[in-house]
Amino acid sequence: MTRSAYDVARTVTDPEMPMLTLEDLGVLRDVTEEDGAVVVAITPTYSGCPAMATMRDDLVHRLRDAGYDDVRVRVELEPAWSSDWITERGRAALEEHGISPPGPADHRSGPVVLNLLPTRRSLHCPRCGAAEVELTSEFGATACKALYRCTACLEPFEHVKEI
Amino acid sequence: MSHSAPDPNDAHGSVFDGLLGSDDSQWAFGTDFEDPLAGVDTTMPEGVAPAALATYCVMLADDALVLSHRVSEWCSNAPDLEEDIALANIALDLLGQARLLLARAAAADPSVVPALPEGSPVPPEDALAFFREAGGFRNVRLSEVDNGDFAHVVCRILLFSTVRLALLERLRESRDRVLAAVAAKGVKELAYHRDYAGRWFLTLAQGTDESRRRLVAALDDLWPLYPELLATHAVEDEVAAAGVGVRPVDVSAEVEVVLEQVLAMSGVERPERRALAGVRGRTGRDGLHTEALGRMLAEMQVTARAHPMGQW
Repeated sequence: MTRSAYDVARTVTDPEMPMLTLEDLGVLRDVTEEDGAVVVAITPTYSGCPAMATMRDDLVHRLRDAGYDDVRVRVELEPAWSSDWITERGRAALEEHGISPPGPADHRSGPVVLNLLPTRRSLHCPRCGAAEVELTSEFGATACKALYRCTACLEPFEHVKEI
Repeated sequence: MSHSAPDPNDAHGSVFDGLLGSDDSQWAFGTDFEDPLAGVDTTMPEGVAPAALATYCVMLADDALVLSHRVSEWCSNAPDLEEDIALANIALDLLGQARLLLARAAAADPSVVPALPEGSPVPPEDALAFFREAGGFRNVRLSEVDNGDFAHVVCRILLFSTVRLALLERLRESRDRVLAAVAAKGVKELAYHRDYAGRWFLTLAQGTDESRRRLVAALDDLWPLYPELLATHAVEDEVAAAGVGVRPVDVSAEVEVVLEQVLAMSGVERPERRALAGVRGRTGRDGLHTEALGRMLAEMQVTARAHPMGQW
């Protein structure tokens, strides 16, 4: 085996946002090798994220293909995933593929404040760069994205939510 | 996976031949159930009875599972595509929470899991979801009643997520590491659900006469089910005393503040409706349900029950 297990695991991509590796998404938490056995720790973005099983299968297959026969994937629930864990490279990849990357997540502790106004985010359109955008919906095609529309070029786009 | 791969040497072949690779990677979700708590440390915290922890987890899980199913019934029926997607997302978040909590219940006390035929591959979380009768469910009745119009689901999610968010905020400090972790994730999700419902509540209240009429009617209809969300069951007392759970009564003041805020901003009066009674003191938490739950479960469980040896 020429590549370390981590080097193999870090190239596995997210099934729903394939421009991102699991490492760039911040979902890949840890890879350990002991006596030829590999243990990979991943964390879900959202509790119901249906991509978890696919990520697990992809990790196992890729590592097996690289010669690691004994692979276990462990789920780490804490600390809970934050969009802040998406790397700079991941943010650039999202933007390049027309998806607006998340801003900083709110890390205030204590009771969550009720917000009855549309979430204000300072974004720009990933297609034309204009700052005139409007929120269509806080929920998108995957659990982690909101829907936006650019009022300059009129194209819709997705935004990875701050969480 | 219930189908075996066709034999490539079979002269007749199959239209699916080209789809089948040399391994199982073409099955997007794998060929087996996955344990949502795979590899998570499910050691019991000291000082709490496993049965009490398991029952508490089932309560929290059933609230989410049953409402998830109801909200998912909106899929393809919402007023527009954005709301369809939003409701489906909310249902998915709740289903995710339910899976983790049911798996946690089964790990804490395997005796809560219904018995299945020997050799059945159905994992504990699915046995709990699909092989319990209505009387075994411990959800609040707000989760189970039939859907109404869009205002109805907005009011239901507002009441539900306001209480659940307050509960999970405190549950982040649970001495049970799994519950604390599930709560920490759930808080982030529920904050979106509550804001979503709150904004629609305000929008419908301040919209047209018709939207306001429907909103007020829906709130009035659901209000008798609201007190049950804040009632504290003996099991909740027990796990709260052990530092593992949260008593709903302890979050009622902050829940009221949030709801009053939404009502005041929307210009909607708090309904004057009495709580839906239980039977001899028993309510949803004790397995006493409205008949809507039985009908819902019949649909939700029918396929799994027809194939107790099935692997999906």
